[in-house]
Amino acid sequence: MGKDVWVVAEHFQGKLNDITLELAAKGRELAQTLGGQLAVILLGSEVKGLLGELACDVVYLADRAEFREFTPEAYSVALQAALKDAEPRLVLMGSTSVGLDLLSLLSARTGKPCLDNCIKLEASDGRLFATSQIYGGKLFAEVAVPDATTLIAVVPGSFPKPENVAAGRPEVRDIPLPAAMPEIRTRFRKLIEPPPGDVDITQASVLVAVGRGIQNADNLAMAEELAEAMGGAVCASRPVIDQGWLPLTRQVGKSGMTVKPKLYLALGISGAPEHWEGMKNSELIVAVNTDPRAPIFAGAHYGAVVDALDLIPLLTEEVRRANMKKAG
Amino acid sequence: MNIAVLTKQVPDLVEGVEIDASGKAVDSDSIRYILSESDDHALEVALLLKERAQARVEVFSLETGEVRDSLYAALAKGADRVVIVATGAKTPPSNHTAAKIFAAVLRDLSFDLILTGVRAIDDLDGSLGGLLAGYLNLPYVGLVRKVETADGTSMAVVQKEYPGGYAAELEVKLPAVLGIQAAEQPPRYVPVSRLRQVMKTAKVEEKEAAPAEAETMEVARMFKPEEGAGAAMLSGTPEEVARKMADLFAERRLVR
Repeated sequence: MGKDVWVVAEHFQGKLNDITLELAAKGRELAQTLGGQLAVILLGSEVKGLLGELACDVVYLADRAEFREFTPEAYSVALQAALKDAEPRLVLMGSTSVGLDLLSLLSARTGKPCLDNCIKLEASDGRLFATSQIYGGKLFAEVAVPDATTLIAVVPGSFPKPENVAAGRPEVRDIPLPAAMPEIRTRFRKLIEPPPGDVDITQASVLVAVGRGIQNADNLAMAEELAEAMGGAVCASRPVIDQGWLPLTRQVGKSGMTVKPKLYLALGISGAPEHWEGMKNSELIVAVNTDPRAPIFAGAHYGAVVDALDLIPLLTEEVRRANMKKAG
Repeated sequence: MNIAVLTKQVPDLVEGVEIDASGKAVDSDSIRYILSESDDHALEVALLLKERAQARVEVFSLETGEVRDSLYAALAKGADRVVIVATGAKTPPSNHTAAKIFAAVLRDLSFDLILTGVRAIDDLDGSLGGLLAGYLNLPYVGLVRKVETADGTSMAVVQKEYPGGYAAELEVKLPAVLGIQAAEQPPRYVPVSRLRQVMKTAKVEEKEAAPAEAETMEVARMFKPEEGAGAAMLSGTPEEVARKMADLFAERRLVR
């Protein structure tokens, strides 16, 4: 049985992503408990500058032009090559746009089991247990991790990001890529930047966030009024954006923005893990939902079980009154 | 262009989910099923390609939940053929098992694109699309929000979402599997009259498939988040809640 823990690094525009630092810190702890080493897999082009930021024992490196940009296909070929004669206990990656594609492709190509949406990993007596969120955060599933190499995708923010990482001096090993790489049928064309010209919700100190509970586009005007009274901006969870009621720039969550306002007022948002990931570091989270079991209440500081549509106009009035009192 | 869309039914979270007596699975009696949201978007992507590029759209589903309802809805929206893949399994399969079953069914059919939702709320063992692509040795891209086909059936140009509002534009040689996050427009709505008409005249085909064995992760236990571990609740009528909330904001100097 392997004892080593591997972490698949993610980087964007020359910087390591937070998830990689979170996983490396957690991976070190697990490797110590298991009595193994921590290795990071680094794929890219001209990425040697990142080596010093990795506090690990070994780096498996593939530094080639064809890995400059992520494609699920090319990256999984490299990971498969890295795993060929190795037997780590765990291969950790982010439950992210990059990690989720790799997790499934690699699991099918190598026959190694995989687990997604992991939020907790514990080792005790040589056994490993992983807990995953399912059903939009309404349930958790605890899984006994098999003894053989297991691939696990971890939800960003599940483990703390270390404050200061001591610059590492890892041993660097080149990944033994196949002499003739298989044809890569996916090609990166270009990066598409977020559309400009809208409100920058990452800079707002108060965010009025709306979800499915807002019910239709017409009700957004009420939320705008409340945001206006509070000196904040309106943002939304995925379903509202997918309906085309607000532009992509207002989306909070996994593929949207990560925000840390002073106040995050979540109106009619259930708090699915994908959304929670983008706003959990807000200073004060106040949640309003008609469902008392909505997962958002587990993490919010304050909550109320009322219909957001009833509350919004009343709250707008109260806030306006408070503003007047303060001004007067 | 021939497109296969793989869809499944998942519990409707609005109705809630309960854990069964074993403590290791959800109680299927307590569940009302709906079409998985990102599968609905995958179907919409396929229907847009049908309109724009004359694609033929076939929808395949395993036998879970009230699968016939969502397949009739797919026909009413414009799918050309809908198929239940029947294995006789009593419980919903893991994604590994489902991917193996679909791989066996689709391997010999000539699809240019296989679309499925990138994620479902009951996914535990990775995404169906990525696993299927791995088994069929096809290219895969997940978290896709836009699909265009260029140059006949040789290539698709897709946008893959990244955090912070970024996306990558990728070109993928066909055949390929795509995990759809969202369609360019909300999934279309089917009028009840149209649905009724389709249910009378159209047919849901059934295809027998051999059950598959796949590596599984055994769930040791399922549990709910601790109740009361979270928010301090503000109780009362909406008027009272509004007042308490405004006071809270004032206390914290969160009003202007």
